[in-house]
Amino acid sequence: MNTITPPQYLPETPQGRHFRAEKFDFGSFFFGGLTGLATLFILGILAVILLNILINGWSAISWHFVSTIPKKDFFDARTTGVLPMIVGTTIRVFVMTIFVIPVGVITAIYLTEYAPNTSLVTRVIRAAVNNLAGVPSIVFGLFGLGFFINFIGKNLDALLHNPSAVWGQPALIWAALTLAVMTLPVVIVATEESLKAIPPGLREASLALGATKLETILRIVLPQALPGIMTGGILAVSRAAGEVAPILFTGVAYYMASLPHHVTDQFMDLGYHVFVLSTQSPNIDQTRPILYATVLVLLMLTFALNIVAIIIRARMRKKLRALG
Amino acid sequence: MGIHRGHRARPLEWLAEKFIFLVSLSTILMVFLIFLFVAREALPIFFGQANTALVQKVIPPEEVDKLSPAKLQEYLELTPQQFAAMDKDSLKALMEVKQEALDEIPANFRNDPDARINTTEWTYLLLPHQWSGYDKPEYIWQPVGQIQKYNIIPLLVGTLKVTLIGLLFAVPLAVGAAIYVSQLARPRVREIVKPAIELLSGIPSVVVGVFALLIMATVLQTLFGYQTRLNAFVAGCALGFAVIPVIFSIAEDALTSVPRAYTQAALALGASRWQTAWQIVLPAALPGVFAATVLGFGRAIGETMIVLMVCSASVMSWNIFDSARSITTTIAAEMAEAVSGGPHYRILFMLGALLFAATFVSNMIGGLVIQRFKSKLEGKR
Amino acid sequence: MADIILPKINLPEAKAGAVTTGAPLIEIEQLSLHYGASKALKNISLNLGEKIVTAFIGPSGCGKSTLLRCFNRMNDLIDNVRIDGAIRIGGHDIYARNVDVIELRKRVGMVFQKSNPFPKSIYENVAYGLRLHGVNHKAALDEAVEKSLQQSALWEEVKDRLHSSALGLSGGQQQRLCIARAIAIKPEIILMDEPASALDPIATSRIEDLILDLKKDFTIVIVTHNMQQAARISDQTAFFYIGELVEFGPTAKIFTNPAQKRTEDYVTGRFG
Repeated sequence: MNTITPPQYLPETPQGRHFRAEKFDFGSFFFGGLTGLATLFILGILAVILLNILINGWSAISWHFVSTIPKKDFFDARTTGVLPMIVGTTIRVFVMTIFVIPVGVITAIYLTEYAPNTSLVTRVIRAAVNNLAGVPSIVFGLFGLGFFINFIGKNLDALLHNPSAVWGQPALIWAALTLAVMTLPVVIVATEESLKAIPPGLREASLALGATKLETILRIVLPQALPGIMTGGILAVSRAAGEVAPILFTGVAYYMASLPHHVTDQFMDLGYHVFVLSTQSPNIDQTRPILYATVLVLLMLTFALNIVAIIIRARMRKKLRALG
Repeated sequence: MGIHRGHRARPLEWLAEKFIFLVSLSTILMVFLIFLFVAREALPIFFGQANTALVQKVIPPEEVDKLSPAKLQEYLELTPQQFAAMDKDSLKALMEVKQEALDEIPANFRNDPDARINTTEWTYLLLPHQWSGYDKPEYIWQPVGQIQKYNIIPLLVGTLKVTLIGLLFAVPLAVGAAIYVSQLARPRVREIVKPAIELLSGIPSVVVGVFALLIMATVLQTLFGYQTRLNAFVAGCALGFAVIPVIFSIAEDALTSVPRAYTQAALALGASRWQTAWQIVLPAALPGVFAATVLGFGRAIGETMIVLMVCSASVMSWNIFDSARSITTTIAAEMAEAVSGGPHYRILFMLGALLFAATFVSNMIGGLVIQRFKSKLEGKR
Repeated sequence: MADIILPKINLPEAKAGAVTTGAPLIEIEQLSLHYGASKALKNISLNLGEKIVTAFIGPSGCGKSTLLRCFNRMNDLIDNVRIDGAIRIGGHDIYARNVDVIELRKRVGMVFQKSNPFPKSIYENVAYGLRLHGVNHKAALDEAVEKSLQQSALWEEVKDRLHSSALGLSGGQQQRLCIARAIAIKPEIILMDEPASALDPIATSRIEDLILDLKKDFTIVIVTHNMQQAARISDQTAFFYIGELVEFGPTAKIFTNPAQKRTEDYVTGRFG
């Protein structure tokens, strides 16, 4: 026989050209659809949150708002302003990066370039980094209080023979250090990723020319990894700018008449201000516009920090690709 | 060839390597320090050295020598350093102060049986007690007032309520979305949706709290029609929403790491995408999804601001439509008013230490499960 | 040996007898290398002469690249490697305890199979080794860079774009750049690990011409799996098989009249 007869269990296809499903697969459609709905739901709420803030906050924001230092009653929409909160948030995040980036980058360099993979110490360090990432933010606040303020600060005061507490009380520096410990894992992970992405051939080429390991890292590896390190910094900054729990006991103040100008000063903060406005306002209807405006300023600040850093990172990438 | 110089030729290199190693060790040090210093402030509670009983047996200052140093330290409520720093005269002076304070307690209060209780003892922290003025034993957390009640059970219940609601809300949504994004959606869709959901993790929790306070609370109340507008249910849902990105990323990562070979084999046999996802991929990725839940749990327990903003009354009740106070919100709300070094302060630190231990354990479990899962997948390849 | 069917290998006339008769530059004595429990190199003894090209040939996995990497101690970078025996360069045991590996690598350069220029400009790639050496003066660098690029037959093609990225060059140009980078610091020995295996035939022949030219100033050891290449450019050839040195001698002899049957089987294409 020249033709092959199809086995009995296959359905007859009209003209042998199209394959059509015999019956509708209800299970797949339903459950698949459910998961799609779950996704839509999540995205939907995200959109609602952002739109809600944008719509309500945009009308309440003004140049006056972001540049005024408010009086003690900052629930009054006419005289209120958020300048000290913007300054406070920005300074504490900035001081934090001074500490977290060097420590994070050096640790990541150790883990990728030097650490023997099977050593116990390496595994313990990695476990420690993972654990740091999971510590609740309020516990960091307690740590800041118990260690930085009560231990280091008080001893520093004793050492310097300060008559009254200068270092042994809530201050910008302690809040910044607490945040640095909190965001360390973020910087380490991002830096490690970018170091691993560099092909080993480059390191080999450098070593074969008689460079030491350190020279190879400083001259070849680190410059290549710089965009990734910046990403880590961006992530750390974004995270820290929005966190309130760690700064509650370590330096934020309900009200300060002037801007902070020394690392031992307390400071006001955008996130904390949002918290205060929403839970302690005497008249929620009157405060609502201020509240939304502050939230919008906080998101814009985080967003702006992100954008600036992304631009710097893109420029760096372009420069690395073009010249040396 | 003149190449004989060895290690000694490059001391800078050796020094730099040691320095880098030391800096890396600091991460381990930090985890230690966190636990150490949080627990340190809480130690007197753990060892039963704090005493909040208002009416205590008065020890006259003349008997300062008759007491053993340990008992004297406990009586005066001093830390070991403070005790060591004092000489006999200052100890005597302190005893006199204490005697005066004890004498000043009003007589009617003195007869109150509660006044003799050291409320920081473990029995009172954990078991219900019938306080004067109540008709049955209750669990009460009420640190303000003459007689401070420190039962931590309401806080544990509050934490569990809010966390469980949060997880019940977050896990199906996050895992469902993870399945959709990694197995069912087109690559184009995946590229947009994945970063969008991860954008959610960039929203600070105070902002989610504002949203919950102003909008979610009203919406949920109209939907379900309960009494208290701001309750554990609302807090739980908002908390769940903040935890979704964490569970989503890890679960999605786990689902995507399942080798494509499995998916393609199933599809080649005629399975639909959903059947493949549900019957082949999900079971294979189950450890990773489990780990995602565990890590989401850890994140949810530790969340402070959302619950703090939404509800704050400390009510001992399993009813999810009542208010609740979790461990984190208690610490956040009451630390400012706690006297530094006093029993309230120390109990708050103890709660912090407990919280740290709980998240430490859950993170280790989650991390180990993910590690095993990944090496199993790689071993099979 | 009458029934051997020899492949058509054209040996240039000048090859016969071009082996140097001076003291060997590289002496390998009973060298064994272990990766953990397995032995990758077994009791190799070999002497390589100065200012000639030596080729290491053999089937995949026979250890020729591993041996090459011993000469500049690049195997130190791998965990679990153990060396027995000695390698002497210029009379000095390079695995002795107080040897400065960094100095060694400045004297023994390497060109890799896959070209790996740094993501810097062409100029900076060549200048990298010089800067490591401490040469920072612009005039000195300019001169050295030009000389190296000329010596590696790349100067004419890149002299107008010295400061553009090295990654913009073609595969063959990149490899010549890597050679320029290696010779800029004037090593005594250049090690080449299958330098042309990733290149097309035209680029390959340019590299081969370059090697013949470089032989005047440098001692070259080249690993290759291309027998015709070995026959074309090398003065001496060593044939390796599963970690052992099977035969070593003048290239002409190895390819026309090998002493060992295994060598004969390999060069006639019976295996490998």
